Amino acid sequence: MSTDDRQSVGPETLGNAARGLAYEEPLLFERSRPGRVGYSLPALDVPPVAPEDELPAALLRADCEGLPELSEVDVVRHFTRISTWNYAVDLGLYPLGSCTMKYNPKVNEAVASFAGFARTHPLQPVALSQGLLYLFHQLEKHLAEISGMDRVSLQPAAGAQGELAGVMMIRAYHEHRGERRTKILVPDSAHGTNPASAGLNGYEIVSVPSGADGVLHPEAVAAVMGPGVAALMLTNPSTLGLFEEHIVRIAEIVHAGGGLVYGDGANLNALLGVARPGDLGIDVMHFNLHKTFSTPHGGGGPGAGPVGVKNLLAPYLPVPVVRKLSGSEGDGFALDYEFPHSIGRLHGNFGNVGMLVRAFAYIRTLGPDGLRRCAEMAVLNANYLLARLREAYHVPFDRPVMHECVLSDARLEGTGVTTLDVAKRLIDHGYHPPTVYFPLIVHGALMIEPTESESLEGLDRFVDAMLAIAREAEVDPETVRSAPHFTRLSRLDETRAARKPILRWQPGPFEA
Amino acid sequence: MRYIPHTEDDVRQMLRAIGVASVESLFASIPEKLRLGRSLALPKAASEQEVLAELAALAARNAHAESHDWFLGAGTYAHFVPSAIDALASRAEFYTSYTPYQPEISQGTLQTIFEWQTMICALTGLDVSNASMYDGASAAAEAVLMAMRLTRRHKIVTVGLHPHYRDVLRTYSAGPQGVVAEAPREASGRTVPLSNLLDRETACVVLQQPSFLGVVEEVRAAADAAHAVGALLVVVVTEALSLALLRGPGELGADIVCGEAQSFGVPMSFGGPHLGFLATRSSFVRQMPGRVVGQTLDARGRRGFVLTLSTREQHIRRERATSNICTNQGLMLLRATIYLALLGRRGLRELARMNLAKAAYLRARVRATPGLRLPISAPGFNEVVVGVPGSAAHALKHALDDRIVGGLDLAPYASEFGPALLVCTTELASRSGIDRLVKALSQAG
Repeated sequence: MSTDDRQSVGPETLGNAARGLAYEEPLLFERSRPGRVGYSLPALDVPPVAPEDELPAALLRADCEGLPELSEVDVVRHFTRISTWNYAVDLGLYPLGSCTMKYNPKVNEAVASFAGFARTHPLQPVALSQGLLYLFHQLEKHLAEISGMDRVSLQPAAGAQGELAGVMMIRAYHEHRGERRTKILVPDSAHGTNPASAGLNGYEIVSVPSGADGVLHPEAVAAVMGPGVAALMLTNPSTLGLFEEHIVRIAEIVHAGGGLVYGDGANLNALLGVARPGDLGIDVMHFNLHKTFSTPHGGGGPGAGPVGVKNLLAPYLPVPVVRKLSGSEGDGFALDYEFPHSIGRLHGNFGNVGMLVRAFAYIRTLGPDGLRRCAEMAVLNANYLLARLREAYHVPFDRPVMHECVLSDARLEGTGVTTLDVAKRLIDHGYHPPTVYFPLIVHGALMIEPTESESLEGLDRFVDAMLAIAREAEVDPETVRSAPHFTRLSRLDETRAARKPILRWQPGPFEA
Repeated sequence: MRYIPHTEDDVRQMLRAIGVASVESLFASIPEKLRLGRSLALPKAASEQEVLAELAALAARNAHAESHDWFLGAGTYAHFVPSAIDALASRAEFYTSYTPYQPEISQGTLQTIFEWQTMICALTGLDVSNASMYDGASAAAEAVLMAMRLTRRHKIVTVGLHPHYRDVLRTYSAGPQGVVAEAPREASGRTVPLSNLLDRETACVVLQQPSFLGVVEEVRAAADAAHAVGALLVVVVTEALSLALLRGPGELGADIVCGEAQSFGVPMSFGGPHLGFLATRSSFVRQMPGRVVGQTLDARGRRGFVLTLSTREQHIRRERATSNICTNQGLMLLRATIYLALLGRRGLRELARMNLAKAAYLRARVRATPGLRLPISAPGFNEVVVGVPGSAAHALKHALDDRIVGGLDLAPYASEFGPALLVCTTELASRSGIDRLVKALSQAG
């Protein structure tokens, strides 16, 4: 390539990124060659049987048509190559607001892979599972201390299942008291899972408007509180990154009306060792171990969403419950199933145990001071980004933030550049974009959560990229609007995907 | 703290840029009286070396599939996991990324999900699959909620369903007023004809295949009975490997096929994280819960993949969403996709036949051993109900003395067979191990 050609396609490096070679890779099915194998089985040490002799013919399939035929080399290359198309925390800053994309410590992976955890069975004898039950019991205690709640169940498999459990307990509580309450209050800044979890429980959602300063005001809650209200669900700090400073008064209003307060723990990272939901009037909450407690996000899970409650909701916790034996029962731990008011079982087993092991290792590694340091540095990082980015981006609620800050594209109006374009151009600079267009109450929101994992110079590089994009929006908006340019694929047509869904590969020429 | 890079100099410089005097003052929006004002009462920080030792000591207190001969299944299966799976799933590009919201830098995850969806469609005989649910039980519960929405009915009849799954169905369907009832069993272990149990209020039949007791059930008859009253058939599969031999339930009339794919390269891990799957007919796709990936083009006309049909989901539809699920089991889906790619078209069948042969051998040995019984005559895959002399608990204890985890005591679940165990034979069960198990169980009386 001549020097001129290089210049014509733009700079060699941009922000945190440089040009490089990307690898093409077809689908597994397109790589398949008849007769190739990627497995080896031991010799059969019992007499062989024919499926036709063992099972009814009408129920048998002739072939696993549709599965590929590949060597182990093919498979390893395939997944290694496509893995390089992903951005990841281990590559750099992943400022996805509300997702707490902090560093995932390697020692946590190491301990979770111990055979004494990874190869255990949920129905094996309790007497031969005491190491795990001890770990569950300790983790429940630690989460209770961190949150100020009285009891914790580790069962929910993700935050949204924790919410579901929480709302079910709220419903059980009111039903047990013979009260029929049909509504749940949800602030307009809430995560979508909050109304969805309440809706799955048959509740009607009443939206509560945030104040002009971005926080929830007692009057707004009082105006909609009534005898039909089962609970208020709120996130603190809110999705705007603001501490809900009126929370105690708000909780009093809800409690006085006979309702309960649900705390969405998605943003707990900001409060570690600083303040506890249980001290703020929250009756029930969920934790996101994959956010606050560093278990990896895995390309979309698994998470873990333990739920914490005050004593008044303890009778409704999901079963089974881990119990420390006492007195004549001897030492050790048991699993209890008999709770007449329990909401029942939410998970086929005990939840995402592998994630619980990782979170336990994390809490042991950090200790009380390390956890508080997480909150402090996460909040410091978010405020630093806000201080440096406000020169170029609109700040809809301009006040000190907690662990994340929300900007908007309002200052870019007239350039034709929107939040989506800024997000896509950030990719060219070597970053995963922030959460965009959420919370819904901010038009063109960019929700940025750096977490405590990022260094000062790392944040400065990100700021440089954001400021460069804002300048570029003024002088060369088309480059921003058509970003990303450095990726293997350019902007993908999501409308086309939804209009005529192609949800699986089928043989034949590629057709989109 | 090795996970936090800030030096004291960095902190000072950042505070100056923000314009505040101290880190403490960053928390000024939290009223003083709401702050904790003390250290958390937690054990003090431990070094990496100490954490490894502490966790190793806890792990050593649990039995596991390497410390014992393993015959316990019942929804969670001890299968061999090829080394390539751990190696590939440990790539940080996969495990330290999140939900592929930004497709241009998430094609690795998106293509994997598209490949998973394709293979699940092939195995279930249906047209569309989602990108995973938390586990088999919640997948079954979501399938039931979906059937209730599609039919606007509230009665659910379960057939041979894992008791934990039934519990989860009850928990999930309580909000929308679902009523769950299990169909009675015949002495053979098979379910009685369904038509008497169904009516115009039945939303769906939930049939487990093979059943909790390991019985391969008739799918077509259940589908016909369900459809005759306008209900749907949901087939739940807890042992996904059985799909390598059994016809896709979708081809036999199932409307939704869901369950647990832990058998495909996912560690047992005391019951989670596992991998729920859910597939259905394309006509029902708008009511399907969970994320789904679709094929599209980029601005230059090249093939790529994106999350699609998101108007069903909580972040768009909020309280009217088809489910509240957000984070799912992405990394487990990756493992299972790698597993299916390695085993492939031939290997999966060969492995399934090996499981079938081991179970046949166990049955033959039980039949030939005085004191042991086979109370169920119906065909099965890799799980066998074995009647034992005396008590099942005693038999299990006797096996444990020989370092064998001998199966599940059926006493709390199915007492009509007398003292009995549900015994599972995967490829990890050796002939000599089966012989030792049979001997231990027969001598327990």
